[in-house]
Amino acid sequence: MTVHQISVFVENKSGTLLRVLDLFKEAGIQLIASTISDTVEYGIYRIICSEPSRALEVLKQGGISASVSEVFAITLDNRPGRAADAVRVLAEEGIGISYLYSFLLAGKGILVFRTDDAGRTKEVIRAKGLASVDDDALVALV
Amino acid sequence: MYLHEELETLTRTEIEALQFERLLRTLRRCMKSPFYQKRFAESRLRPEDIHSLDDLRKIPFTTKQDLRDNYPFGLAAVPMSEVVRLHSSSGTTGTPTVILHTQKDLDEWANAVARCLYMVGLRRGDVFQNSSGYGMFTGGLGFQYGAERLGMLTVPAAAGNTKRQIKFITDFGTTALHAIPSYASRLHEVMEEMGIDPARDTKLRTLIIGAEPHSEEQRRKIEKMLGVKAYNSFGMSEMCGPGVAFECREQNGMHIWEDYYIVEIVDPVTLEPVPEGEVGELVLTTINREAMPLLRYRTRDLTRILPGDCPCGRHHKRLDRMKGRSDDMMILKGVNIFPIQIETVLMQFEELGTNYLITLTNEEANDLMTVEVELKEFSDDYPRLQALTREITRQLKDEILLTPMVRLVPKGALPQQEGKAVRVRDLRKTLI
Repeated sequence: MTVHQISVFVENKSGTLLRVLDLFKEAGIQLIASTISDTVEYGIYRIICSEPSRALEVLKQGGISASVSEVFAITLDNRPGRAADAVRVLAEEGIGISYLYSFLLAGKGILVFRTDDAGRTKEVIRAKGLASVDDDALVALV
Repeated sequence: MYLHEELETLTRTEIEALQFERLLRTLRRCMKSPFYQKRFAESRLRPEDIHSLDDLRKIPFTTKQDLRDNYPFGLAAVPMSEVVRLHSSSGTTGTPTVILHTQKDLDEWANAVARCLYMVGLRRGDVFQNSSGYGMFTGGLGFQYGAERLGMLTVPAAAGNTKRQIKFITDFGTTALHAIPSYASRLHEVMEEMGIDPARDTKLRTLIIGAEPHSEEQRRKIEKMLGVKAYNSFGMSEMCGPGVAFECREQNGMHIWEDYYIVEIVDPVTLEPVPEGEVGELVLTTINREAMPLLRYRTRDLTRILPGDCPCGRHHKRLDRMKGRSDDMMILKGVNIFPIQIETVLMQFEELGTNYLITLTNEEANDLMTVEVELKEFSDDYPRLQALTREITRQLKDEILLTPMVRLVPKGALPQQEGKAVRVRDLRKTLI
């Protein structure tokens, strides 16, 4: 139901970004999805990749401030409107979304997100029969 | 417990009697120094006019500028043939200054440092590593001679090359280390990278820190990181170097050796003595030095005398940790601010590392302060980061009465501090 996401604390955006990507390149780690916002105070670069635990190790060795956390990942049929359906389910249950990003992978829509109540989110995903993936299932799609 | 029991346990009355006797001897010596001859003549003062310790206040102050103006040998009170060593300041802020020593001066200096080190529990059999710069910088040779005088195996590791420092610590079984506070944090960082646990993999138990203002919180942090007891040390090249004042095992104020120095605390503006226990500029008179005695030397260091007795049994006065230099003071929107005030606030936050940088800028006559501080551990929790930033800002504002802009930055993002830490960058343009 959840996948591991790497978060990097970015100070000088382009500098750190390139350093992270170079480290992954050297280590043969593949990016699946990533996102960075243009917030002024802190830049947080969030990454879904192959082998997240090794990726974190590679970053720490490279002197990059990073952490790993679990985020929800649900899969959607590749049709317009599926994302709206999924988010409506959460909204109706009163679950707040802290952040969300989405992408298409091997003919599937994928929604990655964090909510303000992980326990309730799990219950809702289960009860409403939303299709979700874990690390292995996600990498298998690549 | 005491290396020099008789001198260390003198009562106040005995200390003052000894000081007066040594002051008179010092004044007679000063009459051989061209500088003091002239200074006394100008103020129509003779050594015979000094009848008590209080009369010291009749004597004009000596300043760093006096040392510069009389560079290199104008303050010598002995023939140069009796001078065996000199130390010189780098002169980065002007003409260099020079301090001269006879052999007896060097011996007394080593005795003072040995007394300090013995006071914190170091003994023959300990291995003392000194990460000070050697050469002209007095923290090198000063600790070297003092530690050897005590009979310790003394490793002149000198500054820098952190991995090599750590190798010495593990290979030689170093039990005591002298390092400036910001470098102690750096050592710990590199130990972590090398997979070395200081408590388990080293014999390090005592750390001597000084030369750089630091807060109590920062000391506790360093002690915890390295698994040591850290003692604050105060010295300055004009007063020999290290060994002027040192903490005892109570870790509550630094005993200043009053058989070597007469201590005054004065208001840096009016130059009048401040009331007992209040902060002011430290003024020192050397009374145990031959080659180059200094009378009422304005140190520019801000501190206060801690009131009350110390349980260790020494009656030598205790200096509070240095509040910074009167030269380090920042003036923002007319408010006087010392970097140590900001550090004290930052060190209270578990989430923060020890490295920080204050930047001053101005926009249209409006002074701005930005405080960048490294996060110890990063976790992807945006609301918490924001709350932390707000709380730091609020506490800083309470302390300095101005609202700084606080920026959390990743560990390692700020310049690494291997020498004396540079904490303030003043980028303000003069607006004329």
